[in-house]
Amino acid sequence: MTHGSKTRTATGHLALLLFAPLVLWLIAFVVVPAGILVVYSFAERDELGRIVYAFSWENYRRVCDPVYARIFGRSAAYAALTTIICAILGYPVAWFIARASLKWRRLLLFLVMIPFWTSFLIRTYAWIVILKSDGVLNAFLLSAGLIAIPLEVLYTPFAVMVGLVYAYLPFMILPLYGSAEKLDPALLEAAHDLGCGPWRSFVAIVLPLTRPGLLAGVLMVFVPAIGMFAITDLMGGARVPMIGNVIQDQFVGQARDKPFGAALGVVFLLLFAGVYGWLQRRSKRSAEARP
Amino acid sequence: MRAAVELREVTKLFGNIAAVRSVSLTVRAGEFLTLLGPSGCGKTTLLRLIAGFEQPEKGGVCLDGVDVTNLPPYRRHVNQVFQSYALFPHLTVRDNIAFGLRMQRLPSVEIATRVNEAIDLVSLGGLENRLPHKLSGGQQQRVALARALAPRPAVLLLDEPLAALDAQLRRAMQLELKQLQRRLGTTFVLVTHDQAEALTMSDRIALMHEGRIEQLDSAQAIYRRPATAFAAEFIGQANLLEAQVVMRNGTEIGVRLAGGLVLYLPAAVWPDEVANAQVVIRPEKIRVTRIPLAGQNTFEARVEEGVFQGANDRLVLETSAGTRLVAISATGEPLGEALRSGDRVWGAVQADEVVRLPRKHA
Repeated sequence: MTHGSKTRTATGHLALLLFAPLVLWLIAFVVVPAGILVVYSFAERDELGRIVYAFSWENYRRVCDPVYARIFGRSAAYAALTTIICAILGYPVAWFIARASLKWRRLLLFLVMIPFWTSFLIRTYAWIVILKSDGVLNAFLLSAGLIAIPLEVLYTPFAVMVGLVYAYLPFMILPLYGSAEKLDPALLEAAHDLGCGPWRSFVAIVLPLTRPGLLAGVLMVFVPAIGMFAITDLMGGARVPMIGNVIQDQFVGQARDKPFGAALGVVFLLLFAGVYGWLQRRSKRSAEARP
Repeated sequence: MRAAVELREVTKLFGNIAAVRSVSLTVRAGEFLTLLGPSGCGKTTLLRLIAGFEQPEKGGVCLDGVDVTNLPPYRRHVNQVFQSYALFPHLTVRDNIAFGLRMQRLPSVEIATRVNEAIDLVSLGGLENRLPHKLSGGQQQRVALARALAPRPAVLLLDEPLAALDAQLRRAMQLELKQLQRRLGTTFVLVTHDQAEALTMSDRIALMHEGRIEQLDSAQAIYRRPATAFAAEFIGQANLLEAQVVMRNGTEIGVRLAGGLVLYLPAAVWPDEVANAQVVIRPEKIRVTRIPLAGQNTFEARVEEGVFQGANDRLVLETSAGTRLVAISATGEPLGEALRSGDRVWGAVQADEVVRLPRKHA
């Protein structure tokens, strides 16, 4: 008995030891910054942009300005469109990889992950080189005689979408692949056998059975995409501000209003937490209904 | 009789390997046909060619007289019971069974009626709302069967459907499947490597070996008149012996078996031009006794090995002429006490139990 409980305490200590780095990391880089953000959000700023600690709801009152709701809505729309396009492009790719032979599967997964080896900013600049008016794309189209004058692609919403989809596609492909790989191909044969064509099989069998992967992909694309500011800045030419740009502006840009930026950040965070919690509850409920 | 399935010289290659080599097969409407053979003989590939999961390199597939060679599986009116069952894990028993009916866009009232019929047919009442993983293996098997039968296919294909069940349940399901087939009158094509299963259920057996059909006939006919050495050895046990004609008169011939035993057979079964061939003698057709026998087709022998097998004794005999034969006789009868190796016995073979195998075509 004594021995048993001793062992248990020992495992308990060990577990704590193994757990400690994670807890410390979370405290240092999540809890503390979020706390600072909350404290900032109730502060005020002086004329030089320095923080004056006081308690006021003023920043939150300003967040309620319809301007920000519109910007937030636009950000959400871009992120949603990014997510949808990533899902549409990601499904066939994930499916193809999951059905390939083991040798090909390794190679293809490797190719999907290669972009992560280069800095995200460098890859975004590469897109600028491709899309700008005297860039690679226009040079090609002009020399091919398909167009007479260069297309203005860069600094348009289209360019922003290209950048967003490019940046987040792997985050959709990888979880989808994880789900698709587990799907027993005999299930599709059974569906075909019962008179179910390819498209209906996708809706009736593939979609429901790869839902966990799709939900994970949606979270991994939508959440970072909605707060993205670098792509919208670099490829959108800062013409259409996103919520990420607005917040960034408060901290390091011209606006220099950290308390207000903090308030935007806090509201943003709460909105996310809410949506995330709702999604989790839904997927948990569906997991209980049909594991 | 009408052909439910007709395969015309179908060849299927996987890479350079031919899984099915120029197979022609006609499945009669309403029969229970079994594709029997060892693993790798092409039987599952043949089934998948009928279902449409594989496309043949050569030849054609007809269902009910209609060429379906180029039709995808979802346009063929056949349904399959998969070896792994392949039940849709996210759908209840009811929705699994209704799946094929929904694809046919039947009215929901009719779907409900037919799902209930199918559930009754396989005795799954009370489990309608369960998910597949909450069912036992036997129940899952029944759902797979009900799901495939609900759309009332012209042909039901079964790919080793009982392989995952334990021996007792498997035997019960064999009889149940056979009864179900009789009652529905649906054409069943079953794939198995288990000869007992094939014998229990089939009207006819297509015995497959290396991508070809070795013999297509009723179980009794294959057993009594095997067409090849493979057929003789795959179904039941067999003494397979080289035989050479040593004597010939008008009505009778004498053949010497490998080792030296000479048997006399009716000349009618042995064409004049054939000087030697392989013959098959079933072990249980050799009568063994301790009482000395004399006359044609009897022999004296020494017991090399005697193995008690419950209902039977399995004896390895060496005849005085030097031919080794395996005999199986009911335990204790007519031998009295257990035979031991070295014992002297006499044996007899009836001439019509000695089956000559046709010459190999290759």
